[in-house]
Amino acid sequence: MKKKWLAALLSAAMVLSMGTMVMAEEAETEAAPTAVTTVGPDDATAKYELWSFVDLHNEFYGKMVDLWNEQNPDRTIQITFSTYPYADHHNKLMMSLQAGSGAPDMCDIEIGQFPNYTGENCPLYDLTDALAPYEDSVVQSRLDIYSRNDGVRVGVPTHVGAAVMYWNSEIFDEYGLDYKSVKTWDDYTKLGEELKEASNGEVFLTSCDTGSVDWLWIAMAQYGEDWTGGPDGEVNVQLDSVKKMLTMQQQWLNDGIAMISTDGHVDLEAGFKNIMDGKIASFPKAMWYMSRFKDYMPEMEGKYDITKIPVFEEGQPSSVGIGGTGTVVTNQCENPELAAEWLAWAKLSEEGEKYIWNELGFDVCNTAYWSDEEFAYDESNYYNTFFLVKPYEILNELAENDEIGRIYSTSASPTINDYFCTTTLNEVLEEGMDVDEALQEAQDYISFAIM
Amino acid sequence: MNKAKKLLYSQKIAPFVFCLPFVISLLVFWLYPLVTGILMSFQTVDFGVTQWVGVSHYAKLAKDPFFKTAVLNSIEYMALTLLLLVPIPMLLAVLIESRITKARGLWKVIMYIPALTSVVISGMLFRLMFSEGAGGQMNQLMQWLGQAPIPWLKAKGTGWVALLLLCMWRWTGVNMLYFVSGLNGIDGTLYESADIDGANAKQKLWYITLPLLKPTTVYVITISVFAGLSMFLESFMLWNGNSSPKNIGLTIVGYLYKRGIETNELGYACAVGVVLMVIALIINFIQLFVTGTIGFKKKED
Repeated sequence: MKKKWLAALLSAAMVLSMGTMVMAEEAETEAAPTAVTTVGPDDATAKYELWSFVDLHNEFYGKMVDLWNEQNPDRTIQITFSTYPYADHHNKLMMSLQAGSGAPDMCDIEIGQFPNYTGENCPLYDLTDALAPYEDSVVQSRLDIYSRNDGVRVGVPTHVGAAVMYWNSEIFDEYGLDYKSVKTWDDYTKLGEELKEASNGEVFLTSCDTGSVDWLWIAMAQYGEDWTGGPDGEVNVQLDSVKKMLTMQQQWLNDGIAMISTDGHVDLEAGFKNIMDGKIASFPKAMWYMSRFKDYMPEMEGKYDITKIPVFEEGQPSSVGIGGTGTVVTNQCENPELAAEWLAWAKLSEEGEKYIWNELGFDVCNTAYWSDEEFAYDESNYYNTFFLVKPYEILNELAENDEIGRIYSTSASPTINDYFCTTTLNEVLEEGMDVDEALQEAQDYISFAIM
Repeated sequence: MNKAKKLLYSQKIAPFVFCLPFVISLLVFWLYPLVTGILMSFQTVDFGVTQWVGVSHYAKLAKDPFFKTAVLNSIEYMALTLLLLVPIPMLLAVLIESRITKARGLWKVIMYIPALTSVVISGMLFRLMFSEGAGGQMNQLMQWLGQAPIPWLKAKGTGWVALLLLCMWRWTGVNMLYFVSGLNGIDGTLYESADIDGANAKQKLWYITLPLLKPTTVYVITISVFAGLSMFLESFMLWNGNSSPKNIGLTIVGYLYKRGIETNELGYACAVGVVLMVIALIINFIQLFVTGTIGFKKKED
């Protein structure tokens, strides 16, 4: 009898250890950093480690370390930079902060992941003092989104990410259509019908995303709504703005004015292809999408134009800040004051903003330089000659009327985004499900998941 | 001889010393995480601050529609891989080991190579092959056949064709090698005596090969059950992340990852993990009892 139980136990152990083997195999794919570099002198005042998931960001930080050491010979720093793939990066950061050891001193966090870190036991260093010199001139909503739930600043923003409309002017010129007079979504729909007729249905006005909520963010910002309800509010996805946008997109798809974005959204290879092939004539996207033109679609030089996004009713604000990366100082950093000071300087000072605009191609957060002729409109900047308009002209126009809205990122945001990108948008746009019904389903699930 | 040396050379202790590295690694890397995992499933964990919440995670799991989808997907995937990855590799192994096959070594190598590639890379390749754009290989194939391009990865039926093809491409060779080694363990004289008795090829396969392959088959089924239930990376790579349209590619481990890492609910994710373990144990025990690997049938002893 004993032996039988021993045998049964051993088999159980065998089975389980095989399970762990399978798990171990999965863990093995956790990649080593793709690049590690150290910048700064070995005898520096403080030595730090910084992780990012974008190589270009680390390159930029490295340049800012050299510049800082030149300007502050008495307080030099040395930073070791590691770049990890996106998912690995956030996994490792989450695990090391949860475990209480092994985290870097400074780190990039993508905005979609940020709410995971801003709760009650926030493991990030308070940046209020370090940000104080820039507080007045930096776009407030960008600082707000990288704050703790109680409002304390914990992240330094990279860009505004103002949503704008990108137009393939060549297509509209070819068919003799005027896109510049489009002010409202009704005008936009009408233009789509004209384009469909003129091109025999071969060119779509735009493509609707099933894997991204950008369109819905734009709609919400235009009506001043927010499905997260803000930091203290209740989640409500059954908003008029969301309904209007989805109903309108459903109509476009039914009428053959728009197509569904290949692979889910336009910020992917398939999306670049649709743009380059002239399959879609316009699309709304944040300003940082300009860098995609430089990196993936340089052939489109001189063909693309940028305007404000159409609105539902004239007078509404047209834009919203989308996407972004906040850089943080973690609670495992040994000399956090200096780290925080350098970080704020690197990303928000004139030197930093120049690099961000000229090299990375982003709309910078420090508004002090937006109307600076030399900073914003210099012809040597790639983007000022690439597009038919100088991007900061649009940005200043938006700023003038305070048109760049904000959707909060709260602890419910990852759940909302995930449900819409997997389920709701597919139901509504692919399967033509009734908008009210789909939103009710979404609301039910999200309320359940976040309780 | 002093006492310490005596102890070292003692025949009773030596086996335990040899077992020690394994036992220690089992305790540190298996038992400790297992126990903390189970404990954490009754807690909320937030950056070092834990709080006991009783069984509320499990109560919530019972009502969670995403979790239900994930469990059904995982079990369905496991069942389909069992249907595909046991009979086909077995037949291939029998074919390769038969006398009519030439260049056996070459075939084995060719079949085994996919297992050496990383899932990450093969998943990406399959994603590109099954891309919904007209440029993907599969859609080009459809065009040659005069069909319209299909958004393969958007619907469950076609998406799972890609998923199962990826799985078969990777694992057929491995399972086949298990069966080949099982076949080599069968005594050749059995076939000779069957020949003398006038058995045909079909009878030899049915009455000699299959019964004597049973230990190998049980082993392959056991690991396939586990690999199937804990599948995550294939779907993660195929759908370029954890979010597939209407969650057609969501598995239990995928859901664990989603709640644990993506939305920072480690306690809830641990509950998902515990449920996965229980399901896997139940299925494996049933299977081991049914196949007689463990059990109480040796009454005559």
